[in-house]
Amino acid sequence: MTRIFDLSGVQTGLRLQSSQAAASANVAPKASLGFSFELTEQQKEFQELARRFAREEIVPVAAAYDRSGEYPVPVINRAWELGLMNSHIGEDYGGMGLSIFDACLITEELAYGCTGVQTAIEANSLGQMPVIIAGNEAQKKKYLGRMTEEPLMCAYCVTEPGAGSDVAGLKTRAVKTGDDYVVNGQKMWITNGGKANWYFLLARTSVDPKCPTSKAFTGFIVDADTPGIQIGRKELNMGQRCSDTRGITFEDVRIPKENVLIGEGAGFKIAMGAFDKTRPPVAAGATGLAQRALDEATNYSLERKAFGVVIAEHQAVSFLLAEMALKVELARMAYQRSAWEVDMGRRNTYFASIAKAYAGDIANQVASDAVQVFGGNGFNSDYPVEKLMRDAKIYQIYEGTAQIQRLIIAREHLGKYKK
Amino acid sequence: MSGRVLVGVKRVIDYAVKIRVKPDHSGVVTEGVKHSMNPFCEIAVEEAVKMKEKKLIKEVVAVSCGPQQVQETIRTALAMGADRGIHVEVSAKEYESLGPLQVSKILAALAKKEEAQLIILGKQAIDGDCNQTGQMTAALLDWPQGTFASEVTLEAGHVKVVREIDGGLETIKINTPAVLTADLRLNTPRYATLPNIMKAKKKKIANVKPADLGVELASKLQVLRVDEPPQREAGVKVESVDDLVGKLKEAGRI
Repeated sequence: MTRIFDLSGVQTGLRLQSSQAAASANVAPKASLGFSFELTEQQKEFQELARRFAREEIVPVAAAYDRSGEYPVPVINRAWELGLMNSHIGEDYGGMGLSIFDACLITEELAYGCTGVQTAIEANSLGQMPVIIAGNEAQKKKYLGRMTEEPLMCAYCVTEPGAGSDVAGLKTRAVKTGDDYVVNGQKMWITNGGKANWYFLLARTSVDPKCPTSKAFTGFIVDADTPGIQIGRKELNMGQRCSDTRGITFEDVRIPKENVLIGEGAGFKIAMGAFDKTRPPVAAGATGLAQRALDEATNYSLERKAFGVVIAEHQAVSFLLAEMALKVELARMAYQRSAWEVDMGRRNTYFASIAKAYAGDIANQVASDAVQVFGGNGFNSDYPVEKLMRDAKIYQIYEGTAQIQRLIIAREHLGKYKK
Repeated sequence: MSGRVLVGVKRVIDYAVKIRVKPDHSGVVTEGVKHSMNPFCEIAVEEAVKMKEKKLIKEVVAVSCGPQQVQETIRTALAMGADRGIHVEVSAKEYESLGPLQVSKILAALAKKEEAQLIILGKQAIDGDCNQTGQMTAALLDWPQGTFASEVTLEAGHVKVVREIDGGLETIKINTPAVLTADLRLNTPRYATLPNIMKAKKKKIANVKPADLGVELASKLQVLRVDEPPQREAGVKVESVDDLVGKLKEAGRI
């Protein structure tokens, strides 16, 4: 492992300055005001580790993985070795049982390096979450335990070609046959689809079209090598190109009843419940991308000259940067709040949707503005910002589209006012 | 042999930070500035931890001298694999005049107390750039020293050290107990893994006062003034070699 210093305008050295106010680490804490933005010593160390890893081992290889689309196995393995993956798995299963907040801190730093790599890692958390929240002892031991013993991937297998936002409209059928369930159907856009060791699968078990959503679906854990599973080609996407996204066909796939989560009909709630814990990290990822875009644009603006001065001295540019900074800071606070709420044991749906919606939107705006600051250079693949713009788009789509988030926020918000 | 290695770690201003001189020219601004472990100390810790992993030694003890904040640096060493830490408490005021001689006295006293087989230090700190502590510590203990080490091989009763010197590489064999100072190419320090960061919280850091070790901290050195290096000035272009020689003579350079 070679240490690399100072690449492409981004200071990738051991410890970096950032808007995280690292400088305040040495100021004596005042008496508690009951509301704190201070990280614990341990959180700072986690963040430092993730930051260093991202700058030294992800940033240098990100562009190459983006061009080739190759799955970043060495980087993922290294992240696994350092304990930066599978953070939600509890200590009973070999994990570290980190809080969602701690996981978010790490995710933001990894995303700063490359969101393609970070999404591949994050998809593990999404796939595991239903098992973490709803699995029984045997299931947790079997499927979570193996993730901490070797660097394996898993996937959240819910979306279909005909059903994305409309989860209740999914058509994959699971029919009880003896002691097993036989599954037929098609899933699409499954992150880690071609690399997963097992999937969390949501399928319809009720034959009654009038059956309420809360009872019609069942959640399963499916081993990826089960006969009948056909993995589609790796999809070529706009951004996060090294992440593995595929269609998966289930043809008479047999799942033993031991792999049902909770029981028949409990699936929808489990699938949705996972989001309260995974949306904050996704928002954190979008924030990491935005921070990267801001850093790149800022460094460029302090070097590039136009009309006799560095372009940062032109108000048109400095105002752009100011608004980018504004958005990044707010997105960070939003995801931190949503993570903190769920760690406190409260229902955080409102905050999680706000964080995800906002971070996804601003990541796109900030990345686009970063390209603008770079001017012609920004449009070019020799400079890092066009990749950020391509990578950012998916944050408004996956893990609940920007529109679905607004539906949720409206519902939660109005719910507070209704009698 | 005790199988115990003492590693000195210093908390310094992070190498990536732009250093600024205080307005009163008494020193550099440290308040609110990012600090981290001296890079050469990281290399020293890594070497010690590697020796332990190879089962050549039994225990790695990380030591730092200074006020409360140096505990962060000791924790980093613990997260990298050191077994326990020793914080030699020095008040903020005394820390301002703490130099290599005082630190060497402290390390020498600790090495005797802990019955250390080896002391591994960074070759120099990136703030003071003194490159004296390792050498002074060895002299105070009357131990052999292997400085600017780029390769270390620990064997029964002695150490083979490859040193980076002006002419190239020099290999020496010295008896233990000994003092080694780490140079850049000795190794590549590991990241502390997340589980190790968490485990480090359970490792012990003992607090010791210099007086307990019989060390006097008074320094005979006084910093008179700190200035920034002169601003780089524009060069002058000359037309011919004669002009060049003429200008150099004028400037008193030749």
